[in-house]
Amino acid sequence: MKTRTLAALAAAALAAGGAAAQQQPKSATQSIEEYRAMLADGNPAELFEAKGEELWKQKRGPKNASLEQCDLGKGPGVVKGAFVELPRWFADTGKVQDLESRLVTCMERLQGLNAAEIAKTPFGRGEMANVTALATWVAAESRGMPFNLPQSHAQEKVAYEVGKRIFFMRAGTHDFSCASCHGEEGKRIRLQDLPNLTKNPGDGVGFAAWPAYRVSNGQMWSMQLRLNDCYRQQRFPYPEFGSDALSALSTYLGVNARGAKSAAPTIKR
Amino acid sequence: MADPMRIRAQAQGSGAVVRVLMSHEMETGQRKDAAGKVIPAWHITDVTATHNGKQVLAAEWGPGVAKNPFLQFTVKGAKAGDKIAVTWKDNKGDTRTDEATVS
Repeated sequence: MKTRTLAALAAAALAAGGAAAQQQPKSATQSIEEYRAMLADGNPAELFEAKGEELWKQKRGPKNASLEQCDLGKGPGVVKGAFVELPRWFADTGKVQDLESRLVTCMERLQGLNAAEIAKTPFGRGEMANVTALATWVAAESRGMPFNLPQSHAQEKVAYEVGKRIFFMRAGTHDFSCASCHGEEGKRIRLQDLPNLTKNPGDGVGFAAWPAYRVSNGQMWSMQLRLNDCYRQQRFPYPEFGSDALSALSTYLGVNARGAKSAAPTIKR
Repeated sequence: MADPMRIRAQAQGSGAVVRVLMSHEMETGQRKDAAGKVIPAWHITDVTATHNGKQVLAAEWGPGVAKNPFLQFTVKGAKAGDKIAVTWKDNKGDTRTDEATVS
């Protein structure tokens, strides 16, 4: 009886061994995925989330007010679900705005801070660091929700079309466009898979993955900074913070990402 | 005043897994700024952890630890409801202590 159990066990072990031997060796992509999963466990973006939440509720600026009445598109003070519907058209400014430029608008109108000055501040410094933290928190409040950018207003449709043209516009010393890298499937730079941003690349990929914490330089990256970096790599001049061009580009990417679930804030190597 | 840490402590088996995320610049003292001047070192030098007030971990850290460090360790014998406190001290004399309850 005992020997039979042992024999059965041995057979099971052999079968398991056989299965393991048949397994494909891990591909580079799988190894990177594992590495990312390990990183995600202690995503320092959480620190920025906490800071952003505090900033939202804190009375600041010349008007000594909090941002709790800030309208991100779903009514004053509604944060949950706002991120996955931005950029959108705002009646009070008459513009299509993304999350960051909208936050700056709120900081000016509610708190009396100088929007033009904030827009000129480099990323990661002064009030701009606060904008990024706020954006991180607002994005985190919509984690897991599918992108659903409105396209009902005429200006939102214009923004999409303009964004599309910007995406495909080739220029600069390298004759690059966004589409050069992000216009088809299966492209990669070094070990990074590049999402195809002309269509829905999926949950937590492409547009749905920012803001993100960059491990390589220890910074929290907002979408505006991410787009700036794309332009740097294309050897273009940086677009201005909160410019209509960036809102349009974000609208194009956001509408293309419709249905994809937001994973922001994520972590990047 | 330093920003708060995020501490998660989860009972697992006969102990608790503690995961700590600290907010710190961790400047090595070997980088230069845009003007070419050396950025002074600013990093965590000591980390300690206590379990219900009794010290269970002491570590000396240096400039080799990444910005916004993540630390994970296991406390044997810790049960749900126990208190885990983590303290760091940096080379500028700044310190921060945060506490979490094992869940």
